[in-house]
Amino acid sequence: MIKSLKQQNKELANSKRQVEILSNGIFKSGELPTFKDKISESNQFPLKAKKLEILQINVGYMCNQVCSHCHVDAGPDRKEIMTRETMLQCLEVIKNTEAHTLDLTGGAPEMNPDFRWFVEEAAKAGVKDFIVRSNLTIIRANKKYYDLPEFFKKHNVHVVSSMPHWTQGKTDKQRGDGVFTKSIKALQELNAVGYGLPGSDLRLDLVYNPSGAFLPGNQAAMEKDFKKALLEDFDIQFHNLFAITNLPIARFLDYLIASENYEDYMYSLVEAYNPAAVNNLMCTNTLSISWDGYLYDCDFNQMLNLSVNSSIKHISEYNNDLLEGRNIVISQHCYGCTAGEGSSCQGTVTS
Amino acid sequence: MQKTYYDPADLKKFSKISEWNEELGAKFFDYYGKVFEEGALSEREKSLIALAVAHTIQCPYCIDAYTGDGLKRGITKEEMMEALHVSAAVRGGASLVHGVQMMNKVNKLDM
Repeated sequence: MIKSLKQQNKELANSKRQVEILSNGIFKSGELPTFKDKISESNQFPLKAKKLEILQINVGYMCNQVCSHCHVDAGPDRKEIMTRETMLQCLEVIKNTEAHTLDLTGGAPEMNPDFRWFVEEAAKAGVKDFIVRSNLTIIRANKKYYDLPEFFKKHNVHVVSSMPHWTQGKTDKQRGDGVFTKSIKALQELNAVGYGLPGSDLRLDLVYNPSGAFLPGNQAAMEKDFKKALLEDFDIQFHNLFAITNLPIARFLDYLIASENYEDYMYSLVEAYNPAAVNNLMCTNTLSISWDGYLYDCDFNQMLNLSVNSSIKHISEYNNDLLEGRNIVISQHCYGCTAGEGSSCQGTVTS
Repeated sequence: MQKTYYDPADLKKFSKISEWNEELGAKFFDYYGKVFEEGALSEREKSLIALAVAHTIQCPYCIDAYTGDGLKRGITKEEMMEALHVSAAVRGGASLVHGVQMMNKVNKLDM
């Protein structure tokens, strides 16, 4: 298995270096407009945080997979894991917030030793939509995870899982050898306990990320193709497909530069800029919390270490009044969320 | 003077064709857009047909456009290559089937 950029001591493991790359070159020379200039054209700068709707908690960067496009640079060698103490601070906020969605991500969130305790406690808060972003293979990785479908069901967790394609070739190329077969088995097990079935309240959604330097196609058309292929070939059902654009961060940025696709990819993002997507950007209604409790406008900013523009920096000092209305921190990676139909952790934002 | 006949950047300027004849340009692009909408055939199937035709007419702009379009739609490289072989087979067959004309002529004239 390949190692994370951090473990390899690669230049792009450094978030400052990533921000430099995104700020210099074609953007500094004026060949392409900066994101700030672009949204200023429609008087949408500065972007402001609206009412908090989604609390996204990254419980650690450890993962059993090392996906080639991962913006987290997650992997088995990443040791950043949220402690129970930080989880308790998060729970205080979850209990008191009006946010309707709680979204746990990673890494593989299930690998955090306090994951189950945290889910049990958080489920008691009665948040309307409780998402766990599961990479699927974790369910088949080790005996201790085999009962995860039942555990998710017990706590009425909404499972959102990555699946880049309905064929083995494209899936394994992006996510590692053997991932496709394990993912199919995990999806069948989730279906077996009632997840993803038509009319079922046990929500199972899939996330599609392009497996290369191109943008996702139409989300509705992709969903139709995925549903047809997975049902015909594997008798698998799911509810919705979220098409998410790959953002030029961490391993995907490293891939873009190494394959000499970086400039063309940034051109395609800028050309696909859709001002209509700006109003619904997820950073305007989301708060992202890192494994060590720091606050960011989104998971992407977290990986670039661009913390919130507020006097409140940590979950322990959370104050909704001070965070609402803050200016969102932006850079050129934000073009990934405004391309085409827009992109967010919940898929497109303009339809 | 431009050193090559084709420049990839020109593909992005395709819509500028309308600048010199707005009416016909608009009609063409309306038609083009309508053709590729889902109908009896899916958009995906139409994209594969376009890719095969692009190779038949050997249009570098079209190959660029429909390879990218296929990737966005989740079309696999196996599907793309099969579509190309259909194009190659029909194209090769078109040469070969004219051999019947040759044979007819030879049979008629030859003693």
